[in-house]
Amino acid sequence: MIPSVFDFYAPRTLDEAVALLTEHGDDAKILAGGQSLIPAMRFRLAAPAVLVDINGLTGLDYIRETESYLAIGALTRESSLEEHAFIPARYPLLADAAHVIADPLVRNRATVGGNLAHADPANDHPAVMLAYGAEIHAHGPRGARAIPIDDFFTGMFSTALQPDELLTEIRIPRPGPFSGGAYIKVERKVGDYAVSAVAVQLTMNGEVCTAIRIALTNVSPAPMRAEIAEHVLIGQPLSDLNLEAAGQAAAAACDPSADLRGSIDYKRDLTRILVKRAVRKAAERAA
Amino acid sequence: MSKHTIQFTVNGASHTVEAESRILLVHVIREQLALTGTHIGCDTSSCGACTIILNGRAIKSCTMFAVQAHGASIETIEGVAGPAGLHPLQEGFWEKHGLQCGFCTPGMIMAAKALLERNPEPTEHEIRYGISGNLCRCTGYVKIVEAIQYAAEKLREQSAVEVPA
Repeated sequence: MIPSVFDFYAPRTLDEAVALLTEHGDDAKILAGGQSLIPAMRFRLAAPAVLVDINGLTGLDYIRETESYLAIGALTRESSLEEHAFIPARYPLLADAAHVIADPLVRNRATVGGNLAHADPANDHPAVMLAYGAEIHAHGPRGARAIPIDDFFTGMFSTALQPDELLTEIRIPRPGPFSGGAYIKVERKVGDYAVSAVAVQLTMNGEVCTAIRIALTNVSPAPMRAEIAEHVLIGQPLSDLNLEAAGQAAAAACDPSADLRGSIDYKRDLTRILVKRAVRKAAERAA
Repeated sequence: MSKHTIQFTVNGASHTVEAESRILLVHVIREQLALTGTHIGCDTSSCGACTIILNGRAIKSCTMFAVQAHGASIETIEGVAGPAGLHPLQEGFWEKHGLQCGFCTPGMIMAAKALLERNPEPTEHEIRYGISGNLCRCTGYVKIVEAIQYAAEKLREQSAVEVPA
């Protein structure tokens, strides 16, 4: 199917892009990788009057590590995460997710910034970045600002970004010693959204879990953290009993809907199991 | 309505076309350039039949607007065979029976070509992972994997011959 008519702009600088967003407001959509937006436009689920294609902006496609964080430019393709030299070793939660987002062809176009800004609860990066406690950097007519990930997702397909703001960078705090992470996703087939998926980032002190963040994919109307499950585990050993309690807490806290991927009960129970598996895997990696 | 003049290189030849902004790259390739080897198998960005190589990366040409390809270098299935005959991948699909109906084959070959350019010695798992964005409803993939393994081996032999002793 052919999308509705729209005006197309390809700005060369961030300021030009922001000026276009300011001019067109809610009529404009930002086109990054386009791997969610273009299918939505083909089905006319989205029919923006103006597209601002940011693929020509230079300096937004990078992965850099500083002493305190990993900075990912908003236009970084998913395939760049997969192929990156040190991400699999130092950011295994991010690497796990990069392998299971859509399919390899889509990952050659799809961007990390787009996956987050689209704020689809079925997308994988929202849970990953919630588990990392990442920080979103945005640029708009009033300049740049940082948004903590916990304040970023405001509902289904909605974020704290203003219509005239552009997501520019994602900062992941550099994991300290004895930290580990994991992302485990169950999907019906390659390229499908998760039935359920769980992102975990934790820190261990011997047998005891001293810090943990757990987030869930596609089992709630908006990307969500399972804070009750985190509270069950903080300061505790990761015993079978504690893991089961955390899994059950996450299953109770999530709010899945029934669809072709399964019933509500099934998705809750799958989430319970995936929380246990992801925490175990993250803890193994923290050793 | 916004109409754009788009210049790009397809299989080594420079082209200039005009297209509305909403026209997908696959439609320009098929309908304006008449390169109908690039297929459309779905409406949902799922099947990979429209796979082309854009600036060295395999992508779905149904999930990109033609206007976005301005300045790009594109390779389609029509550009794969050389003057000497079939490309080792095409030969592999022939020799190993890597197709039945053939509808997915152009996309499979383009995805495999990009894969082998990055990784000339893929394991079976890496091949299966590499073509996991391309659907085939006939073969069960076993013969496609064998075809790509055949091509990988042949390409390695060819590059070994080309290296001066």
